[in-house]
Amino acid sequence: MLLLQILGVFSLLSILAVGGGTAVLPEMKALTVNQFHWLTPEQFGQIYSLGQLAPGPNMLMVSVIGYRVAGYPGAAAALVGFFLPAGLLTFGVARVWDRYSDSPLKRACERGLAPVTIGLMLAGTLILAHTVIHSADDVVIAAVVTAILLAVKINPVLLILGGGLAGYLIGS
Amino acid sequence: MSEEEPAEAAPESEIAKASRVSLAAILATFGLLGATSFGGGVVAYLRQALVTRRGWLDDASFLSGLELSQILPGLNATNMSVYMGERLRGARGALVASLGMILPGAVVVMGLGILYQRLGQLPDVSGVLGGVGAAAVGLTLATTLQIGQRQLADLRSLVLVLATFVAVGLLHLSLVIVLTTLGPFSVWLYWPRKPAAGGAKAST
Repeated sequence: MLLLQILGVFSLLSILAVGGGTAVLPEMKALTVNQFHWLTPEQFGQIYSLGQLAPGPNMLMVSVIGYRVAGYPGAAAALVGFFLPAGLLTFGVARVWDRYSDSPLKRACERGLAPVTIGLMLAGTLILAHTVIHSADDVVIAAVVTAILLAVKINPVLLILGGGLAGYLIGS
Repeated sequence: MSEEEPAEAAPESEIAKASRVSLAAILATFGLLGATSFGGGVVAYLRQALVTRRGWLDDASFLSGLELSQILPGLNATNMSVYMGERLRGARGALVASLGMILPGAVVVMGLGILYQRLGQLPDVSGVLGGVGAAAVGLTLATTLQIGQRQLADLRSLVLVLATFVAVGLLHLSLVIVLTTLGPFSVWLYWPRKPAAGGAKAST
């Protein structure tokens, strides 16, 4: 059944999301585009982009994927799938966390997982670039946004909107 | 909102003090953050609101929660909401805090998604989305570089960063495989060991 499939796919992604949303983007694309054919690569990129316009945690766009596949129930299934398993795990561990504040395992996990996380985020960025960058103009927009964000403290949503405006002007 | 007791009544434990925070206040606080934080900076907003402004948690438990959020799967923003909600009001606090964090943005993104469903084929709209997408790549790259500053500057972790990047980004290996091999390997590399650990010939 479709809803269970959506729930299953996003639950799996939830548990695999070590390092957060960007880190799990390659796997999300592999599952939703290549394996289940719910979206074209282009739609995947556009829906991720939409998500950047909304406030809050940056992967709420999973609801739009669910919505496209199975309407509102699909949106709910995607949200529950993506946020509940990791949330329950965090809740369970939070209750015992302080007891292990000095355990070497905790230290090693923290330091050891950090490079893997960064590697996954870079891979996520690459996959994203593959799906949404189609022209030299797009490369310029991405490069300018990166440079501005690294140079000054600014609300990123302004740059996202600026990118949309630039895309509109170039496109017309 | 039960503020009858003076703050300096007794040296109570953190939990007892925190249990006075009402579920409604938790919902309002996290809901406001969920509705107003943009571009992946949610954790900074959370700290500002809960530690600095309201004093619901101290810095040590905030940082402890951040460590937990980073090690476990899931987004930092929602994991932190679960952790802080749990500290404030147990299971119900965790539920209310994460709903507050998720729902406002989910409503907005669904609204955008419905518009996209209707208008996504129009050339103007796909022009805008193309630009938004390119900017999103810039945002994602900048965020990764900022978070990864330390990992990219140290040779041992840089090797691990690149190995993970190549495995997932270029070779398209499944994340399950990468997390179950490189993950434990990397944790083992960083395991604090005694000076002369026999057999472990890891690079130093």
